[in-house]
Amino acid sequence: MAQIFIPENVQEREQLQGGSHSPNENRSPHSEPSQRRRLGLIDLVIALVVIALISLVVVAASRWTAPLTSSIKIDLAPTALPVYAGYSLLRMLLAYLLSLIFTLVYGHVAATSRRASVVMVPLLDILQSIPILSFLPGVVLALVAAFPHSNVGLELSSVILIFTSQAWNMTFSYYHSARSVPQDLQEFSTVARLRPWQHLFKLEIPASMIGLIWNSMMSWAGGWFFLMASEQFVLGSRSFQLPGLGSYLQAAANKGNASALVLGLATLIALIILLDFFFWRPLVAWADKFKLEMNSEGDAPSSPVLNIIRRSALIAAMTTRIFRPIGASIAFLLNRMQPLPGEAHLVAAHKGQSQHTSWFSLRRIVSSVFGLLVLVLLVFGLWYMVRLLGGVSLATWGQLVLAAGATLLRTLVALLIGVVWTVPVGVMIGTSPKWSKRLQPVVQVIASIPATALFPILLVALIDLPGGLSLAAILLMLLGTQWYILFNVIAGAMSIPSDLKEASTIYHVTRWRRWRTLILPAIFPYLVTGLLTASGGAWNASIVSEYVTFNNRTVSTQGLGAAIASAGAAGNFSVLLAGTLLMAFVVVLLNRVLWKRLYDLAERRYTLS
Amino acid sequence: MTNFDMQTGDVLLEARHVKKVYDKDGKRARGTNPPVVLDDINLRIYAGEFVALLGPSGSGKSTLLRLLAGLLRPTEGEILFKDVPQYGTNPHLSIVFQSFALFPWLTVLQNVELGLAAQEVPPTQRMRRSLAAIDTIGLDGFEDAYPKELSGGMRQRVGFARALVVEPELLFMDEPFSALDVLTAANLRKELLGLWRERKMPTRAIVMVTHNIDDAVLMADRIVVLGANPGQIRVEIAGLPLHQRESTNENYTKTVDLIYRIMTSPHVDIPTLMPQEQPHPNKHAPAKPRPYQALPHVSIGDVTGLLELVHSKGDRDDLYQLGRDLQLEVDDLLPMVDAANILGFAETQEGDLVLTEIGKRFAEAGVLEEKEIFRLQALAHATMIRHIVRDLQHELSHTLPEEHFLSELQEHFSESEAWSQLETAINWGRYAELFSYQEERGVFRLEEPETANHGAA
Ligand SMILES: Nc1ncnc2c1ncn2[C@@H]1O[C@H](COP(=O)(O)OP(=O)(O)O)[C@@H](O)[C@H]1O
Ligand SMILES: [Mg+2]
Repeated sequence: MAQIFIPENVQEREQLQGGSHSPNENRSPHSEPSQRRRLGLIDLVIALVVIALISLVVVAASRWTAPLTSSIKIDLAPTALPVYAGYSLLRMLLAYLLSLIFTLVYGHVAATSRRASVVMVPLLDILQSIPILSFLPGVVLALVAAFPHSNVGLELSSVILIFTSQAWNMTFSYYHSARSVPQDLQEFSTVARLRPWQHLFKLEIPASMIGLIWNSMMSWAGGWFFLMASEQFVLGSRSFQLPGLGSYLQAAANKGNASALVLGLATLIALIILLDFFFWRPLVAWADKFKLEMNSEGDAPSSPVLNIIRRSALIAAMTTRIFRPIGASIAFLLNRMQPLPGEAHLVAAHKGQSQHTSWFSLRRIVSSVFGLLVLVLLVFGLWYMVRLLGGVSLATWGQLVLAAGATLLRTLVALLIGVVWTVPVGVMIGTSPKWSKRLQPVVQVIASIPATALFPILLVALIDLPGGLSLAAILLMLLGTQWYILFNVIAGAMSIPSDLKEASTIYHVTRWRRWRTLILPAIFPYLVTGLLTASGGAWNASIVSEYVTFNNRTVSTQGLGAAIASAGAAGNFSVLLAGTLLMAFVVVLLNRVLWKRLYDLAERRYTLS
Repeated sequence: MTNFDMQTGDVLLEARHVKKVYDKDGKRARGTNPPVVLDDINLRIYAGEFVALLGPSGSGKSTLLRLLAGLLRPTEGEILFKDVPQYGTNPHLSIVFQSFALFPWLTVLQNVELGLAAQEVPPTQRMRRSLAAIDTIGLDGFEDAYPKELSGGMRQRVGFARALVVEPELLFMDEPFSALDVLTAANLRKELLGLWRERKMPTRAIVMVTHNIDDAVLMADRIVVLGANPGQIRVEIAGLPLHQRESTNENYTKTVDLIYRIMTSPHVDIPTLMPQEQPHPNKHAPAKPRPYQALPHVSIGDVTGLLELVHSKGDRDDLYQLGRDLQLEVDDLLPMVDAANILGFAETQEGDLVLTEIGKRFAEAGVLEEKEIFRLQALAHATMIRHIVRDLQHELSHTLPEEHFLSELQEHFSESEAWSQLETAINWGRYAELFSYQEERGVFRLEEPETANHGAA
């Protein structure tokens, strides 16, 4: 997207320079001499991929527009798997696109409008702490009612459910980056009188790019984690099932078909690895140039796929013939919409109005309409909420609070176990270049396997142990969240300056002292960040850990996640709402009271700088 | 100074009674006033002129530059561009930043082109102009390099090319050479002056912020010296004629010395510092009494070092010479002199630092006596230290949280400066063994006199 507006006009320039300069003489090694590119095998492959994607969309479209079938029969044959995988992938892609749009709009407005951010930031905080299943009834009922004769409503609900597990952290990341764009770059942008759209595309988005990409990867992991929950759900007496990998896995587990289960799992893992190789790695390698720090050490990430794309004649032709002209005309249009303030504005005699060009007033209208919309929604939502909550008895509240206590205990134990194993392992990986090189990719692949897909297999083994699901749920939460801690610990250990490490080796500091004086303080801020994310994740995971269906039976245990999941399944909206509010409250409270404080402490006392 | 064929003498930019108060968040407790960063600034920039804004760090130079550029709005007073009040960013100007402010994701050429992005210059012309600017500033062959791949000097060249490509009437520079090493800075300075004097750029006036006296004297036609707390213009000094601007010239040394003396005596009236034969400069209001004592952020060890050096030279030495001996820029030396002043160890007289009787004793003392003297002087002269000790003594537990003192400081300083003040107070208090500070909990505790004596015994 942003690529269109940051054109690399090497060729154009060479045409220009043709006469006066000798172009390739004293070029820096960075630029490749322009060769005539010829179509090759690679372009064929790229074209095939594009065609495959288009046909997938066509196939999906035919299913979307087909008459509403709320529950389909899942075919467990291996041949059905590619199509199911395609369906799931498409839903993820659509949800991601939605998240991206939401992120840019919401994040930009929250970052630039002081007034809007007062409401928008806390709202995001709350949204983030609401588990995906709590959105389910509202979204599904509304959308299915809106499209009663086709599958569109159902498919859209699934997409939106995935969206609710993807969007928030991306938005937060964008908001924070947009807020912390370096002051001098902002000032230059103002002095050069970049138009608002130019400021957005040339400064704000590029400066947020790296955070956005890393958070996108996390969001995809989150989306896979809730894959099963978003393709198959029960709402009171109605049950819905969409064709997809999640449904396949669920069906295989229900039937106890082990080979189908393994096959489905293998497909999912293969899909994740392929995506990583063909999508995320190239993206990360491309985005390396958006790093803000000027003196970055270490290897820049590279990706063979990106190199191929860069060399592809097809892509190059498409860039010059299609994307660049489109970009130029969009730029032209935007320039018309946001004209530069003329000389008159500079010297305008009236203080108050002088700066408001048409953009400002446009902005003003947009933001006031937006604000009004939010207000109406808020009032309506509150009224509806109060009515629903009226039906919750005091005894039910009591039970919910007890359940919240049980879930709190579980999350804490899960975090504790997570810390106990990830700190030594993470420090080992992070402090040894040899190990980090070998283990990082492995860890990343393992971490990207959604734990929920493993649940059915694990449950068979765990359910008959003493404690049953009550203890197994802890393990399930741990599986879902330990990676956040591990990755952060690795990053923290890698950030320890080597001179400090050397100093402590030279002075023969004992192992324990070394941990206490060097390693633990150094990783502390990272550990807190990891714990903060993991804590939120564990609460969110409780709805799929404390309440599970397999072999056609439903097992649940005492806990807030179970309470929410079962209320949703039973169509008991009052309890669902009460439970959701309670969970959001507890999560936000924990963040504010515990994690934020720890984080501030970490920032103030333990940053190595 | 007029080897320009342009019309000189018009007033391009003017600041009238400009005052600036940062009050971003309004988080301040009610009834307290945010600190005044700049007060009653009157300044004119004429066409054909190179003006240097000189002052210690924190005196509001950058703020003044941004006010003149229209990036910030004055709290009071107004800025006029060609006699018309200026609202919003001035479109006829560009800025070169200390930090270069390059976009890391754009190549050199793209960075330079970005300067023209807002004006709808056709792409080919945009590139031609950018390449010309890159050419002028000596960046040939680096068009496709990314800023990361360049050295500091090369990066700042990109900064200059980007500023010059729009052919601005006014060129502003905020410490453009401070982030460069000495040789690179000298080189770039020479080239810039070449462009400016040979009229290779259409710029009509240059305003440069600097804390380096040599830079100012070498480059500027007029030097505006700012003082801190609140930032105000202390004096304007005419620059030297072009042929005298070299470090071997006698007048050059005199001017540098004079400015050095002015900057190192922040509380002395300007006329007393002026040599008799010098024509009287535009004198501004005498330094106002300061509202609240600001501790200079120096460690006591450095002050001790300075005092011992002066003592070894017979209790009196030229400040400029001292700066050379210690290899310190005026910006680094000044806080030490300030600290010695506040503590009553030394006074500045006619550009010399002169030790007081106590200062002499301090310089001769051993470690323990040194602490004893310092403790007494700090209690007597450093307001913040005295307040901390007083408040701690009033508490039964002899402890207080840091918030207690922060809130007092925030009545007089910006939030970050309040923190720095507190940190300095902590360092001094710890050195004097007057109180201790527990970082983990953010708590101050009074040192028991017994322990202090015990330590001394
Ligand atoms: N954005 C800001 N908000 C609050 N205070 C500021 C801000 N920018 C600068 N200050 C304060 O204004 C004073 C002058 O700063 P500055 O103009 O950067 O000085 P100089 O460039 O001379 O070092 C300092 O005390 C600084 O703390
Ligand atoms: Mg400055």
